[in-house]
Amino acid sequence: MSARVAVVRFPGSNCETESLAAVERAGGDARLIDYRDTDLHGAAAVILPGGFAYGDYLRSGAIARFSPIMAAVRAHAAAGGVVLGICNGFQILCEARLLPGALLHNAQQRFVARPVDVRIERNDTACTADYRVGEVIRIPVAHGEGRFVASPDVLTQLDRDNCVLMRYVQVDGTDVPHNPNGSTDDIAGICNAAGTVLGFMPHPERLADASLGSDVGQRFFTSLVKRVVTRAAA
Amino acid sequence: MKIRVHVRIVPRQGLLDPQGQAVEHALGALGFDGMQDVRVGKAIELHIEAASAAVARATAERMCEQLLANPVTEDFAIEIGA
Repeated sequence: MSARVAVVRFPGSNCETESLAAVERAGGDARLIDYRDTDLHGAAAVILPGGFAYGDYLRSGAIARFSPIMAAVRAHAAAGGVVLGICNGFQILCEARLLPGALLHNAQQRFVARPVDVRIERNDTACTADYRVGEVIRIPVAHGEGRFVASPDVLTQLDRDNCVLMRYVQVDGTDVPHNPNGSTDDIAGICNAAGTVLGFMPHPERLADASLGSDVGQRFFTSLVKRVVTRAAA
Repeated sequence: MKIRVHVRIVPRQGLLDPQGQAVEHALGALGFDGMQDVRVGKAIELHIEAASAAVARATAERMCEQLLANPVTEDFAIEIGA
């Protein structure tokens, strides 16, 4: 059974290669799709990868949201299909209002590129089944605009519907600030209630091969591929 | 007629504006005293072909709602120029 996962390349994306490789290592049929395309070519899941789509002009994700491919992404999400936004992809999903809230300049007004510790808050989603709830993993972030903000109503709703996917946490023995960007409630990633539309700032695809010293991020992609294979077989 | 429209976008009150804080700090270092709540936003100049200033303003408002400002984090103000 095919487990096709589309990775969309926008002008300015720069993490599509690692994302494609991570899907392929997980046994998925990874397909690169151009932002000018209007069809997902049968993909069961879509990844909006990291980067700086349209140079982050106006606001990160604000222009990418109007790319031709986004109508298909929106329809896919509305039909219960899996959509995963990593870093810039998360920013695009928020701008497209497929996820609530917004990502603003880091509180310290600097680009931050370093490993962070995040706690997985849900494993009943399309891309976290291979983690334990409460598991803390160390993966890289690399962003200038990762400070998640939302209205008090939205924050209450995220809590109530269990839509916080991962949080930055302090691990004993580390002396760096655990929250790298001033994100509200230490939120590193969120999802919809069904766990099918997901966005987060950390980059699991950058730490998904043992030759890099850790493959702790690979399980996002094994989870994702298992999910789409299971659904395709059902 | 062609109407000049000036759109001003600022971070919503109450949201941390690290750019504004950095600028406030730098101005203080230069000896400019007595400032508070410096906020950094964006200014966008548009030239809109419209029948009247009211129509141009309504068009600019739709532009702000759909693209120019993020309703979650930003407020906007529209001024009609000469």
